[in-house]
Amino acid sequence: MTEREKLLEVRDLRVTFGNRRHPFTAVDGVSFDVYKGETFGLVGESGSGKTTIGRAIIRVNPVSGGTVSYNGQVISGKVSREVDRQVIQNIQMIFQDPMASLNERAKVDYIVSEGLYNIHKGLSEKERQEKVSRALAAVGLLPEFASRFPHEFSGGQRQRIGIARALIMDPQFIIADEPISALDVSIRAQVLNLMSKLQKERGLTYLFIAHDLSVVRFISDRIGVIYRGKLMELAGSEQLFAHPLHPYTRSLLSAIPMPDPVGERNKQLVVYDPACHGYTESDPPQWTEVEPGHFVRGDRKELDQYRKLLGQ
Amino acid sequence: MPTSTDNIILSFQDLDIRFTLRGQVLNAIRGVSLDVFRGESLAIVGESGSGKSVFTKSAMGLLDANGTIAGGHIWYDGKDLTTFRTEKDWLAIRGKEIAMVMQDPMTSLNPLKTVGDQILEAVLLHQDLKGEAAKAASIQALAAVGIDDPERRYKQYPHEFSGGMRQRVVIAIAVACRPKILICDEPTTALDVTIQAQILDLIKNLQKKLDLTTIYITHDLGVVANVADRIAVMYAGDIIEVGRCEEVFYDPKHPYTWALLSSLPQLGVKGQDLYSIQGTPPNLFYEVHGDAFAPRNPQALNIDFVERPPFFEVSPTHKARTWLLDPRAPKVEPPEHIRQLREKGGAIHD
Repeated sequence: MTEREKLLEVRDLRVTFGNRRHPFTAVDGVSFDVYKGETFGLVGESGSGKTTIGRAIIRVNPVSGGTVSYNGQVISGKVSREVDRQVIQNIQMIFQDPMASLNERAKVDYIVSEGLYNIHKGLSEKERQEKVSRALAAVGLLPEFASRFPHEFSGGQRQRIGIARALIMDPQFIIADEPISALDVSIRAQVLNLMSKLQKERGLTYLFIAHDLSVVRFISDRIGVIYRGKLMELAGSEQLFAHPLHPYTRSLLSAIPMPDPVGERNKQLVVYDPACHGYTESDPPQWTEVEPGHFVRGDRKELDQYRKLLGQ
Repeated sequence: MPTSTDNIILSFQDLDIRFTLRGQVLNAIRGVSLDVFRGESLAIVGESGSGKSVFTKSAMGLLDANGTIAGGHIWYDGKDLTTFRTEKDWLAIRGKEIAMVMQDPMTSLNPLKTVGDQILEAVLLHQDLKGEAAKAASIQALAAVGIDDPERRYKQYPHEFSGGMRQRVVIAIAVACRPKILICDEPTTALDVTIQAQILDLIKNLQKKLDLTTIYITHDLGVVANVADRIAVMYAGDIIEVGRCEEVFYDPKHPYTWALLSSLPQLGVKGQDLYSIQGTPPNLFYEVHGDAFAPRNPQALNIDFVERPPFFEVSPTHKARTWLLDPRAPKVEPPEHIRQLREKGGAIHD
């Protein structure tokens, strides 16, 4: 497992909003790696900073500490124009709400090719149109849709347009920020299938941001659980579901609604209270690898307990 | 399980709802009958556009101006709601008898008024209280939905509340009028999974405490397993299967119910494609022939394209509109993972 190539390295990432007098730390000391060709899921409730991490990677939000490296090259903070352009080309984003993320007054043709215009690839009009139809075909839309406006499409089709817009840049890495939260269950399945198909065909790497662990389990190889800007636990997705260690992870798992009336009625909802740890100054919580590939945040006493749990 | 007719609180009979759009007529609801029993919690499940919202809104007189009830009856408390014409008629029902919790708490509250004022408005309108007494009732309503420090929160504006807290406020407003029926239209779609569980719990507790009948509207079958006594599955303006919660989850009969269950990511196997329903729902501007789901159903029978199936009874509480239940029909087994669900749930007919 250690042989795999790291595509993205996030080290001690800090993002602060507000001014100097009233700072608010949205992301606090987050470290993780994303390997080439995998799907890394980032799970947390709203306000946990999961979207901010995605936006910090793609250089939308400035970082106030730590580094983000892509393919071994630092891409956070002040970088040359050349690197900035590379980031824009190689990393693309898919947004949550397809009803809000498409320009209502532009035709699909323009929406999908906006990235090409910005990067000035010196494409001829014919080449550009060809690229647009290929991107649309890749997401299962007809090329003639290019001349229509977003309001003519359903939610699922709009999300496909959003994906086509990301694909046209031939990215290696796609940050998908809650791409299916706003969609119907039946449409969700279509979009998830499309994303895994594209991953297989193009060898894409995904950072999949969501609040719903059941969806993330289905699509991710590894999952990081984030709470109030700090990573709480990180493990392979099956490992995380089989042996959740951190109480917050357990509360998230208990909240997944299952299509099973008998099981649901007997289920106990775990509520996470951050005060339950009782951390002290002398023994602050540490981000520690308790078994290969399984990280968790806890103080010495908790970590011992977690190791004992895993040993059983 | 209430079955006798005097336990029926709300009854839809052969309801037809039409919308007129640019001179064309859209048949949004096509001859739907459904009984809602006193004290139960019923979930209406379907994709967007299936008519589930329109169907329930018709019982509150909240159809858009271009929509009309073209046929059928809605019986509530001995009155036929389809005969109501004036706002005055409706005000006796809407809010007071049947209240609604809307989907998105970010848009269903007035951002310019304090939360307290918005609850007070409902209390003044529907409870016989004035002045300080009404204010006390409003504060109590806030406390009842699990909001800490209600006196302070009473004076705050919606933007000072988080999404989950706002949805609690919306529920407080709905419940403040002491309704008999509470309709929850996708109450948790805009919320996080952890908050979703809390809100569903809250509605469930309120139902017990206030003796409510609840109707949930949702597209996500996974959400309702915990809260619903009965489930009605809606497709293209028609209810195609209705039964007790266990019956619909463990022994679904209609191919569309199979498809809805199969596409849940909770049931997905990693590395394999999730089941997804092919095609799109029928265009309701045209008349639908046969079983509306047939064009998207790979195992559709010939008759599915010709004649609309009647309801076949599976048990006294469970019926489905599919020709597969006809004694002459070939045996078609539901997909593998649905059979697994049934085994997991164990014997349901005990």
